[in-house]
Amino acid sequence: MSMQKLAILLLSAALIAGCAKKTKPDEAAADAVGADDPFLTQPLSGDELYGDGRPVEGEFGVTDTPESLLGRTVIYFDFDSSSIRSEYAQSLAAHARNLSDNSRIVVRLEGHTDERGSREYNIGLGERRAQAVRRALMLQGVRGEQITTVSYGEERPAVTGSDEEAWAMNRRVEIVYPR
Amino acid sequence: MTARIFCLFLGLAMLAIAPLARAELRIEITRGVSEAVPIAVVPFGFEAEGRPAVDVAAVVDGNLAFSGRFAPMDRRDMQSQPTRPEQVRLEDWRRLKADIVVIGRIKPAGAGRYEIEFHVFDVFRGQALMGYSLPVAADNLRGAGHRIADMIFERLTGVPGIFSTRIAYVTVDRHENRQRYRLWLADADGARPNAIADSAQPIMSPAWSPDGRRIAYVSFETGVSRIFVQELATGRREAVSSAPGINGAPAWSPDGSRLAMVLGGVDGNLDVWILTLANRELRRLTSHPAIDTEPSWAPDGRSIYFTSDRAGGPQVYQVGLDGQNPRRITFEGNYNARPRISPDGEQLAVVHNDRGNFRIGVHDLRRGGLRVLTDGRQDESPSFAPNGSMIIYATREGGRGVLAAVSTDGRVRQRIASTEGDVREPVWSPYAR
Repeated sequence: MSMQKLAILLLSAALIAGCAKKTKPDEAAADAVGADDPFLTQPLSGDELYGDGRPVEGEFGVTDTPESLLGRTVIYFDFDSSSIRSEYAQSLAAHARNLSDNSRIVVRLEGHTDERGSREYNIGLGERRAQAVRRALMLQGVRGEQITTVSYGEERPAVTGSDEEAWAMNRRVEIVYPR
Repeated sequence: MTARIFCLFLGLAMLAIAPLARAELRIEITRGVSEAVPIAVVPFGFEAEGRPAVDVAAVVDGNLAFSGRFAPMDRRDMQSQPTRPEQVRLEDWRRLKADIVVIGRIKPAGAGRYEIEFHVFDVFRGQALMGYSLPVAADNLRGAGHRIADMIFERLTGVPGIFSTRIAYVTVDRHENRQRYRLWLADADGARPNAIADSAQPIMSPAWSPDGRRIAYVSFETGVSRIFVQELATGRREAVSSAPGINGAPAWSPDGSRLAMVLGGVDGNLDVWILTLANRELRRLTSHPAIDTEPSWAPDGRSIYFTSDRAGGPQVYQVGLDGQNPRRITFEGNYNARPRISPDGEQLAVVHNDRGNFRIGVHDLRRGGLRVLTDGRQDESPSFAPNGSMIIYATREGGRGVLAAVSTDGRVRQRIASTEGDVREPVWSPYAR
């Protein structure tokens, strides 16, 4: 554990302890009347003690990392761009492996844009994004027949709204596995 | 829990009612011309039984106002309401500063028919300008109003009117996570809307055939894009392009025999192709790794304008039907897309990125240079009226798409606001043939 983490943990423990004391002000006040001014402690339950960092009991099982990466089925793009950001490399590699291992699965890539500009041109931009993902998968060994693409352009936004936040959520390729 | 069930019930009930609610459009003028001609359209007399289903004079009045060239007088300001020529006292109207007076009356003409007689006077010169009698089916008084407005507009401006033409547009209604996409036809002023196609998946890019009898459009109803041609009178339709990958942006040749369209193929390289409808012969027009899309035929049918980002951002190019040596047309700014040609072939309407705002611009094909006509943030899909005087387009207002129209000279702009739905992709019909 790094010094920083340790410091944060200690600080957290102190804060939690502080809070815990405050939760019982009446008892503290009552006891304070006693001659020796006794020191009070309060037990903490596991959640209070560790927050989200609670230790896991038992042995760790082996989990398939690609499985969880496969859960990531939406790739977002920058404005006016069809280049895949590096943060998606691992996830795309997992999809590529999965498709290579299961050669009968045909996956569908749905390209989308934000709402700005001309609609048919946006169909072209959405397709360009879907093709970028298709090429990335094929470079990692997926056969072309396992991938279909469709571009919806701006016609099927994931979220409605006309601000940067909505636009960023709508510039995307969705990887759709058959159900 | 009961509240949730009630909510669900209410939602279902509203869904059931929804198809009955018509998306009526209404026109509001947002910017007018000071030199618009003052005109008084007097309420028409009605000499048949009962009451007329449509206020014909109000239709005429509204249409003339829609053109931006006329400023109709409020009925409350009229001191008299003549319906016959001999009742018109021009000096009264001169005092009210009306330059033109229109009067009329509706007479019975047998079962289910009327005859509308109307007269137009030039108050300024003290002349009768027009006097016509028009037979009309009793259930088409609105159509008669459009026709009368067209006749008056042409007589006074020298340009044929467009009030009897129609528009098509797409709406999307979102309820929870479900959407309904609908393709509508309506009168040019937004009246009498009728849905002609309805789908849970996107419908886009409607295009009128030159004879005004068919509409081509893109539908994603099967999960992929396909191009359909639908006959308006029968509702029958046919898939004319179902190639792998993108099928998009249909555009009719001026003679109606061919469709320019965009195909993407498995590799997603969008190029413009030409489909001959009679024999389904398909020919590639452009061949470039960039996005080539949004074809639009020149009125002489000998070349095609299209959007391409072969130079980086989207710009408009022109190419002959041999596909050789496309020529770049637009250079202003980094984004000019969806070209549409004026009926006289001299102007090109585009979606132009004006310092971060998408607006409708008109490029002068003779002299060069681009004028921005609108001031929205996300204006799109320009389409010329068949007389070239106006451009209809989609803009955003209050988080949804609405229709608007602007005169080609940019002086008159008006909103055509629908009461429901997110409206997009208006296209103006040709003159009926």
